[in-house]
Amino acid sequence: MKNLLEIKDLKVTFPTDDGFVNAVDGVSLTVAPGETVAIVGESGSGKTVTSLSVIGLHNRRVTQISGSIIVNDKNESLDIVTAPLDKIRSYRGRVVSMIFQDPMSSLHPYYRIGSQLAEAYLVHNPGQKEAANKKAVEMLELVGIPEPQVRAKEYPHQFSGGMRQRVMIAMALMNDPAVLIADEPTTALDVTVQAQILQLLKDLQTKLNMGILLITHDLGVVAQVADRVSVMYAGRIVEQGNVDDIFYSPHAPYTLGLLKSVPRIGAKSSERLKAIPGQPPSLINLPTGCAFAPRCEYTSLAPSGSCASLKPELLGSNDEHKSRCHVPEDKRDKTFAAEIKGARA
Amino acid sequence: MPRFILRRAYFAVLTLLLVSVVVYGVFSILPFDPAALTCGQKCTPQVIEANRIKLGFDKPLWEQYWLFLSGIFLGRTYGAGSAEFTCPAPSFGYSFNENMCVTDMLKEALPITINLAIGAFIIWIIVGVGLGLLAANFRGRWPDTISTVFVLLGTSMPTFVTGLFFLIYVTIKWKIVPLSLSGYISLLDDPVKYFQYFILPWITLAILYAAFYTRFTRATVLETLGEDYIRTARAKGLSERVVLLKHTMRAALAPITTSAGLDIAGLIGGAIITESIFNLPGLGRMTLQAVYEFDLSVVLATTILAASVVITMNLIVDIAYGYLDPRVRMK
Repeated sequence: MKNLLEIKDLKVTFPTDDGFVNAVDGVSLTVAPGETVAIVGESGSGKTVTSLSVIGLHNRRVTQISGSIIVNDKNESLDIVTAPLDKIRSYRGRVVSMIFQDPMSSLHPYYRIGSQLAEAYLVHNPGQKEAANKKAVEMLELVGIPEPQVRAKEYPHQFSGGMRQRVMIAMALMNDPAVLIADEPTTALDVTVQAQILQLLKDLQTKLNMGILLITHDLGVVAQVADRVSVMYAGRIVEQGNVDDIFYSPHAPYTLGLLKSVPRIGAKSSERLKAIPGQPPSLINLPTGCAFAPRCEYTSLAPSGSCASLKPELLGSNDEHKSRCHVPEDKRDKTFAAEIKGARA
Repeated sequence: MPRFILRRAYFAVLTLLLVSVVVYGVFSILPFDPAALTCGQKCTPQVIEANRIKLGFDKPLWEQYWLFLSGIFLGRTYGAGSAEFTCPAPSFGYSFNENMCVTDMLKEALPITINLAIGAFIIWIIVGVGLGLLAANFRGRWPDTISTVFVLLGTSMPTFVTGLFFLIYVTIKWKIVPLSLSGYISLLDDPVKYFQYFILPWITLAILYAAFYTRFTRATVLETLGEDYIRTARAKGLSERVVLLKHTMRAALAPITTSAGLDIAGLIGGAIITESIFNLPGLGRMTLQAVYEFDLSVVLATTILAASVVITMNLIVDIAYGYLDPRVRMK
């Protein structure tokens, strides 16, 4: 089946007082119908910039953007990178929707829930007020808000955090979009509510057959809902594969580092978390070689000097599982597999 | 809601009582004899004593204050016999300088001040909020620069400079607006003369406030534009116009309303400089005159009037806030 979203060689840079920030540097990924693709990475790795540019919400006045972001709907398609803003607007909320990290501040505090939902429908179906209100109540019901008729007349501050995120989801789905971008949808919620929201997203995905691009730094969330994963570091994808590949046979040292740093149930309380040493690099002056090299434990396994001088390509023995690393793949397989086993033991 | 308003009204009355006591107290400790002030140069001690009794200055202070308070509700009679005269309720006393009941003086001055304040308010809100919106929307580009220049000029030029400029150039030299000699005319009687009378004072007052509101609106709108819910609005596919004029303005409205309510209240207490420059016999000028002449009744009345306007506007702003912000309404 045709991909709903195809990002190819996306590059996003913007100027700051200190120089040009290369927030996204050559990201490519696809999302198919009914599929959840996760982008994982720490703060500043470029995952949010990537997701915002998919919906054209990057700051257009200062940002330079290249590559392509093709969105395919039933019988139309659009390249967000080159399309005029009017055209992108007609896609927002209708073909591509987005939900955000903080449901507490993402709803307008002065408008009733129902009218905020209806507005999302009315933008793309002007004049159909009755249908919009009806759809708003339907969607509230669909996302599990009890007494939707009554709640639609209430204001955001009368809803709890989890309920507000449900409202956000309902709002994003008002026009049955093909792609839903979820930018850290559960980060601001407590753990039990997190699980409910993720389950809700999964259920809705099955019902509506939409593609989800999930942005998160939480590997637990990834394991729960993602089909495929792109791990980002310093604006680049360092590893891409299906969820089992990433969790059971990581090929990039950074992915391995992330997995090892996850706290385990049953670990001794005296045991320290295995953090990745060092700090992520500044995106203004990226090292010429591998961006992760200064923090990497495995540079000695690579051909000498390559890590410091050459930017590794995103390669893999099969198309499904690729990574950026100068260390030969067979060497990595052996070493990393042992490490993962050790970490899980 | 009714309970809230009752509670506020109760505190308003307490505040007004306190204000009147303080003004009364201040005037009673000032080293002058109010009775002696009633009759200028050719006074004899006999006249002074007669006036003292006529105006009630012979009574102890608390009784004078009590007579003042009861006068507000019951009216007040001065003198006796053939010289007797009454200021009907609500009476705020008698001005010996003007030989008038203060209430009648207020009735003449108040419409002028209210017309001045409201007209200026309409101009400054339109100009200030409009320019502020433009500046925020075109941040860092030429509309923003123009608004910055306006703000700088507006805030740094005192009213007596702009007022005199308008008077000298616009009226006298360039003759764009004719000098209004007829005095205050109500809008309903003669709209043209009404506008001729008020337009320059309005603009003079409005420039100062518009400058502040431009700055204030710009800052509030810019802050709101950075909110998450504005990003949500854009993500829905709304046009920039709807995002700015509906979602952003709706949120920026509450602080602007608060500020506007209090500013209007302040102006109704009297725009002393503007009224003086343009020779408008409004409250501000009246108060100033009364202070020069130690005319206690007038000062007391205008002070209490100004205080009650501030208190009432505060209450209105609070009620309006309840309608503007649903989070406040619930409490």
